[in-house]
Amino acid sequence: MDKKLKLGFFSFTCCEGCMISFIEILNEKFFEWKDKIDIQYFKALKKVKPIGPMDIAFVEGAISTPDELKKLKLIRKKAKKLVAIGSGAINGWPSNQRNNFNKEKKKEIAEAVKKFNQMEKITPVKELIKIDDEIPGCPVDQKLFTKKMESYINA
Amino acid sequence: MHSYDFDLKDISKIEGHTHMNVKVLDGKVTECKLKINENKRFFTQAVVGMNYAQVPMTMARICGTCSSSHTLCSIETIEKAFGVKVTEQTIRLRKLLSNAGHLRDHAMHLFFFVLPDVFGIDSVLDFGDNLHHWIHYGLDIKAAGNYLSTTIGGRAIHPPNAAVGGFTALPKKEELIEAQDKLAAVRKKVLAIIQLLYQKRSNFLFKRKTNYIGLVNNDYNFLEGKLKDSKGNEISEESFADHLERVVIPYSNATAFEFEREEYTVGALARMNVNKEYLNKKTKKDTEKYLKVFPSANIFDNNLAQAIEMLNIVDNSIEMLNMEIKPEKPVKIVPKKSTGVGVVEAPRGTLYYRFDINEKGILTFADLCIPTQQNIFHMENSIAAYVESLIKKGKTKEEIPFEIEKMIRAYDPCMSCAAHFLKVDWI
Repeated sequence: MDKKLKLGFFSFTCCEGCMISFIEILNEKFFEWKDKIDIQYFKALKKVKPIGPMDIAFVEGAISTPDELKKLKLIRKKAKKLVAIGSGAINGWPSNQRNNFNKEKKKEIAEAVKKFNQMEKITPVKELIKIDDEIPGCPVDQKLFTKKMESYINA
Repeated sequence: MHSYDFDLKDISKIEGHTHMNVKVLDGKVTECKLKINENKRFFTQAVVGMNYAQVPMTMARICGTCSSSHTLCSIETIEKAFGVKVTEQTIRLRKLLSNAGHLRDHAMHLFFFVLPDVFGIDSVLDFGDNLHHWIHYGLDIKAAGNYLSTTIGGRAIHPPNAAVGGFTALPKKEELIEAQDKLAAVRKKVLAIIQLLYQKRSNFLFKRKTNYIGLVNNDYNFLEGKLKDSKGNEISEESFADHLERVVIPYSNATAFEFEREEYTVGALARMNVNKEYLNKKTKKDTEKYLKVFPSANIFDNNLAQAIEMLNIVDNSIEMLNMEIKPEKPVKIVPKKSTGVGVVEAPRGTLYYRFDINEKGILTFADLCIPTQQNIFHMENSIAAYVESLIKKGKTKEEIPFEIEKMIRAYDPCMSCAAHFLKVDWI
């Protein structure tokens, strides 16, 4: 391995449980992976900087605003590989619960949806852009995530 | 003279998304706004119409970090509504599960979010070899908490085994022993971070008094007791909401709370301020010098309080894990039309739930009060005062934003939790 994999971790509308799961994986893997991966973007761990080129982007959460969609498209453009992690990014749950609200509940939330510039529906990442891989679970399955990460490192 | 705006975007090393704006005119702060920009997910609407049994696992998804607290608070609220009595074993396992969640969470906050500030380095990822032992300590403590969470709850994040009435799966005796061993093995590492934070305290001093509120009980658990404030008032869990005022903040995705019409603070610092006499004897013995800091009006001492809580969790949990596991199923639940209130101490402070449930066990109303929402006003007011003091000390415009970030991180805010509800009026 002559070059570290440049990675980005991005959270959209979600509970951030998948990012926390990754930080839990690091309990075992931090030093093993230290010289193999270069974490460029991870807001929970370091200062935010403008998004540039990267090898793999891991994306959690669903998309609820036009700003999020714009950012997602930028990440897609800058990342060689984009991996959707967890149910929010793959199928939208639980952020998409409001898509199926009845009329009464929709009325209750209408003002907030408008005020905060949310889109009419919450959409999973997978339906909006091309993804290269996905790791399911709520939160993301830690064993599978570890295995996938190792396969990317060794690819 | 000193007139400028600080516009801090996408503050890092906290839970969730937020910005901060501070306007300074002639050395005085004229505006200080925490702009939480986490996207709302309307959980309090989503659970209305849902059967009670599904609610704890749904509410867990409010926040990956605080998921055990949301699970346990949902369960307590539902059980109180139905008048359910659970077994002693269940109560003990729940206390252990909340201990485990706090241990993991405090360790993540202290080692991954706070230590970079202590050493003046952006990220734990950039720590050089001379600091690697701190990363090892943090990872090992987190791993011990993770093991205990997984043993009791089935998973560290969104624990599936905790349910209304009890546990759907029980740990094995040998797992409890292993958890004890792992906790005992990290005790020295916890003491090391307590010592470090105490030594570095002189770099993090800013006193500003407020009212501190937390659950008090005689074994410093995070699930039971009465609420107590630093004026000595004691309030039952059920009447906590009567003292709260919800305030809409026009520039934020979150609403904030006042207690008896004043700002106040919850969290590890508040708990230590109102309940330190009930810490474990072993913890007290080894932290005697550091405990003299409390009660403290310095928000940066929230970090030291979290570190001491980690030691208390280790000592209490090792004792509590001396138990035999009786095979038992969750107790039978008979739904009835009712209202339940549940209050627990989440890692970041007092968490309040209220559910109204109908005779079929379907939720008809849900309302929550989240720790970070309760800290917003104290945060804004303290940051404003802190910025003025930094200007007086001659800190430059370039230095101040980083100092503001450090203070925000000391509160250990959780924006994921704070923003995910629609404003509702107390009934």
